[in-house]
Amino acid sequence: MNPDLVLWLAAILFGIGALGLMTRRNALVAFMCVELMLNAANLVLVTMSNVHGGLDGQVAAFFVMVVAAAEVTVGLSIIVMVYRSRRSTSVDAANLLKQ
Amino acid sequence: MNIADPTFEWFALSPVLAVLAAACLGVLAEAFLPQKPRYYAQLALAEIGLLGGFALLVWNWSAAAVSASGAPQAVTGAKLAMGALVFDPPSYLFWGALLVFGALAVAVFGERAMTGATAFAASVSAIPGSQAEADAIAAKREHTEVFPLALFSLTGMMVFGSAGDLLTMFVALEVMSLPLYLLSGMGRRRRLFSQEAALKYFLLGSFASAFFLFGMALLYGYSGSFDFAVIDTSLATSEMNRGILLAGLGLMAVGLLFKMGVVPFQSWVPDVYAGAPTPVTGFMAICTKLAAAAGLARVFFVALGGERWSWQPVFAVLAIATMAVGVILALSQTDLKRLLAYSAISHAGFLLTAVVGAYQFVPEGQLNSLGAIFYYLVAYGFATIPAFAIITTLRDTSGGEATDLAKWSGLGKSNPLLAGIFSLLLLSFAGIPLTAGFIGKWAVFAAAWQGGFWWLAITGIGFSLVAAYVYIKVIVAMFFGEPAEGVQLGQASMLTWLPISLGAIGTLWLGLFPAQLMDLIAQAQVFVK
Repeated sequence: MNPDLVLWLAAILFGIGALGLMTRRNALVAFMCVELMLNAANLVLVTMSNVHGGLDGQVAAFFVMVVAAAEVTVGLSIIVMVYRSRRSTSVDAANLLKQ
Repeated sequence: MNIADPTFEWFALSPVLAVLAAACLGVLAEAFLPQKPRYYAQLALAEIGLLGGFALLVWNWSAAAVSASGAPQAVTGAKLAMGALVFDPPSYLFWGALLVFGALAVAVFGERAMTGATAFAASVSAIPGSQAEADAIAAKREHTEVFPLALFSLTGMMVFGSAGDLLTMFVALEVMSLPLYLLSGMGRRRRLFSQEAALKYFLLGSFASAFFLFGMALLYGYSGSFDFAVIDTSLATSEMNRGILLAGLGLMAVGLLFKMGVVPFQSWVPDVYAGAPTPVTGFMAICTKLAAAAGLARVFFVALGGERWSWQPVFAVLAIATMAVGVILALSQTDLKRLLAYSAISHAGFLLTAVVGAYQFVPEGQLNSLGAIFYYLVAYGFATIPAFAIITTLRDTSGGEATDLAKWSGLGKSNPLLAGIFSLLLLSFAGIPLTAGFIGKWAVFAAAWQGGFWWLAITGIGFSLVAAYVYIKVIVAMFFGEPAEGVQLGQASMLTWLPISLGAIGTLWLGLFPAQLMDLIAQAQVFVK
């Protein structure tokens, strides 16, 4: 199997995620972009696992899912905390530290 | 398909397990203990876990330094937990430093003599300025979860720097980062700043770990394994497209350099350092940097050492940019926490010069690149934890920390001892002779020079001269400035004074008598593949 096409697809997904994080102003959307980037990496892991004929990559993909879930827990709690005190999840509104 | 039962070397793993166990017990204590004794229990548990872990580490070392027949032997190291961890001589050093600095930093977490409460918010979930927050403060509630969180983070750091494969490293990266995101959002004063620091750190941090993960996936694709040793051999043998290797290498570097705070991934450092509670800043400043530097060295020396011609020039440019940004922007700072944050960026640049040198094979008794990095970080840790602890002691009229540089003016007249210690630490940051920082700078620049990057070493020396001006400006203000109005020193307890005095002693000791630590490092500065 030729992995090139899948690799390009993963790279495009990763790029969309990275671009989205840098351009979107809503913290929740930015966070979803990070998840997209993690899933792009999962796609590479699973594809390459298939190419090399081992299970390592597939197992790693499960680890990534668990880690992503843990990240959601922490991330959402931070975003909710910020939203409660500001009534906004815009990352532009969070500019107190710019001095 | 046959799957062999995993084997674990419990005794060798015990330092990490001690910290992890203390963290888990801390979670239980949080659930079952009543409010009043909880703080003492958590503080004691954290310190016992860290110092116990250190004792187990020393025990391990002394057991490994004696052969079966009783004769002394060189410590060689081994792979633990089915190759997931590499417990080689650098791991011993690195774990030891993390445990000692962790114990010192966590002690500052517990300080509440100055205002009657810790530096952490009474209730993080309450809206700042709301009735709920006022009630929580009146009821003297406090978040003792900070101790287990710090311990979980330290567990992640220990594993991160000693990982034997990329997957372990990725999981450890998250284990060390997630508690830090939470900790930096828990400041008692200036809640909005602190929340903002947490949000910023979280978004940028998860962005960087996504880069790390994608890079890791590509490296796996190139080599067919997560194991560092296999990746190393596959560099010469793999039939995959070399572009995959280079992309993977670059993306992994982004993730690792972000954690170190290297330009152009430094933008989070000043904001997070300034917004986080000061004890957490001290903890992050040294422990995260230790873990990141150890991880960076392990990935790039062990797994990607054969590709050094691709990454050395890039890292050299980044090192110069980091030193320049850190030093030049520090010149214009008026807030002490931000000033030390920019100083932390410049230190990341100085450290990176030794990584660039990648100087590995040395005559007996001298430091190679890894040894230089380690010495530098120990010197930096002994200066940075007390420096941030000292920042917590000066209070303005409302009881908040007076981090404005103008408020520090004239401190030398009202409290010469504290100002003297602070000056010593700043001189160590600057790398003035007779302090630990000087030997550290000497070691990293020598490593860069001997690795063939003499121009990088000379640039580094130039920047450290400029940086000295920043620190000396603060010292001059403290000793020759007019005493500032409206500030007073808090009555700090031993929990603050112990880290301050131990750090000052360490800074002087390592500056005057560097030979002992150097000999120790020189025996233990080669990674096991």
